[in-house]
Amino acid sequence: MAEEALPRTEAAIARPLSPAGEVWLFMRKDAGAMAGLAVIAFVLLCAVLAEAIAPHSPIEQFRDHFLQPPVWQKGGSWEFPFGTDDVGRCILSRLIYGARLSLVIGTIVVTLSLALGIAFGLVSGFFRGLPDIAIMRFMDILLTVPSLLLAIVVVAILGPGLPNAMIAIAITYVPHYARLARASVLTELSKDYVVASRVAGAGTLRLMLATVLPNCVAPLVVQATLSFGSAIIDAAALGFLGLGARAPTPEWGTMLADALKFLESAPWVVILPCVAIFVTVLAFTLMGNGLRDALDPKLKH
Amino acid sequence: MLRFLFTRLSLIVPTFLGIVFIAFILIHLVPGDPVEVRMGERGIAPARHAQLLHEMGLDRPLYAQFASYVGEVLHGDLGTSLITHRPVLDEFLDLFPATLELAIYATLFAVLIGLPAGMLAAMRRGSAFDHVVMGVSVSGSSLPIFVWGLLLILTFSVNLHWTPVSGRIDLDYDFDTVTGFMTIDSLLSDQEGAFASALGHLILPAIVLGTIPLAIIARMTRSAMLEVLGEDYIRTARAKGLGSFRVIAIHALRNAMIPVVTVIGLQVGTLMGGAILTETIFSWPGVGKWLVESIRRRDYPALQGGMLLIASLVMAVNLLVDLLYGVLNPRIRRR
Repeated sequence: MAEEALPRTEAAIARPLSPAGEVWLFMRKDAGAMAGLAVIAFVLLCAVLAEAIAPHSPIEQFRDHFLQPPVWQKGGSWEFPFGTDDVGRCILSRLIYGARLSLVIGTIVVTLSLALGIAFGLVSGFFRGLPDIAIMRFMDILLTVPSLLLAIVVVAILGPGLPNAMIAIAITYVPHYARLARASVLTELSKDYVVASRVAGAGTLRLMLATVLPNCVAPLVVQATLSFGSAIIDAAALGFLGLGARAPTPEWGTMLADALKFLESAPWVVILPCVAIFVTVLAFTLMGNGLRDALDPKLKH
Repeated sequence: MLRFLFTRLSLIVPTFLGIVFIAFILIHLVPGDPVEVRMGERGIAPARHAQLLHEMGLDRPLYAQFASYVGEVLHGDLGTSLITHRPVLDEFLDLFPATLELAIYATLFAVLIGLPAGMLAAMRRGSAFDHVVMGVSVSGSSLPIFVWGLLLILTFSVNLHWTPVSGRIDLDYDFDTVTGFMTIDSLLSDQEGAFASALGHLILPAIVLGTIPLAIIARMTRSAMLEVLGEDYIRTARAKGLGSFRVIAIHALRNAMIPVVTVIGLQVGTLMGGAILTETIFSWPGVGKWLVESIRRRDYPALQGGMLLIASLVMAVNLLVDLLYGVLNPRIRRR
């Protein structure tokens, strides 16, 4: 036993853990984060393999199968394991393609808001004074409008539809990233390595992007993971209100848009998309919380 | 304290102007100018179009239009709804009591459950109860409002028939509006069963709207409590031999409540945003449902005025919370 353990310890000493490896070591002990990761992997798999695993096309209407119950209920069949909706579309296939859509929504919204937020935060933190005041005041104003209302207003300007809904949601997230980025930038700017880099003649752009930004990544990564889930919720909310993705797009919220009509007669049409949204968002929340604990153990309570 | 008050108050002027500006550009950015929007699909002759633009002052430079818009807003003129042709402010004030009542009950639900749950979780840290509270808190904030609302309607209204599906009260009851709060007006009306009906209609939407604040309050109370319980003065109080109830209820609670009160106050934005979805699901006749209908009907003045009023409300409450924070926590005033 002792002989076996020894070389492993030596190897660990010889090769220090990479930052990512360190985070992974922490996260592995967090059952919630691991469960979240597993669900995310599953959703990702569904999204990538949608064509291969979905039994039907997500938009094809089977005229002899309106509102067919799922297989575990009386009247269900394996042809449509999760049943069909009011125009005879396969719910399982719609959910699988919806997974792809949700991940695309999350990725685009997070990337867009992260990029804008970092840009605002960097400018604000580096050029104190007027730009800082102007940008942060503007962010404060955006924060006083409830995010869903702001998203609705932006959709009213741009017109309904999924691409505009994503832009609207991204805009509502920008202030959070900008504040976070600015706070980290200010902390980093007071540190010696930044001063050293500046003394060595690094220009502002280099200082911003190559010196300071990499050290501000941790809180932004946590926020990005958490808002990935929120983006899915908000896009679904706009879809539910009829302002996001349009039918027949298999977006999970849009699938619920006229759910109230079927609550009594065909509850599976409502429950299954609800479960899909909840489980996916919960997975991102758990993953984000796990990342936060791993990246900043001080915050852990 | 006076200086603290002054700096905080002076900050709301640019914020308010910013909100008014967003509302102002909303009308200018929507497809079509206000005359076209008002005419709708019918179309209009170019000469008449130009004349109307001039009459409405829309051919003036933007800054002049903005200045007069600020003036109108300060005089309470938020424009006229394109659908009902009533002043937007009147429409809003008619519907606002319904939203306010819902928001108040939602807050009560969130505070009455979230506060004790968070405290107990902190006192029994690591226990099964703590894990349950944290689990519910994490799930509560991941549960989209409309999903939660639909599931509750499905369970309690459709399957169990315990609560009605929509509206504020059964149509059998008819009484005058005194306060605008159904739960109070129904009591004042002395009609049998009216109060129960109002409460039955209110309970599910209030739970749905209160769940996210509940999750946030429970988590915040727990972490504030944990922080305070680790302080030296708590150890001192315990060492003096004070009973644990006294230590918790008098020594710890007072300081732990400072961040919690702030967080409760800051939920007003969450509540107003959540009301949009909650009211739509439960057909609750408040401003949230009205806003969604306004955008569907392309009633841009209503959307503009509604956004302005809600954002101003959030701003005002945030300011109050900020001031209250200064009162509760004297250390903050010096900054």
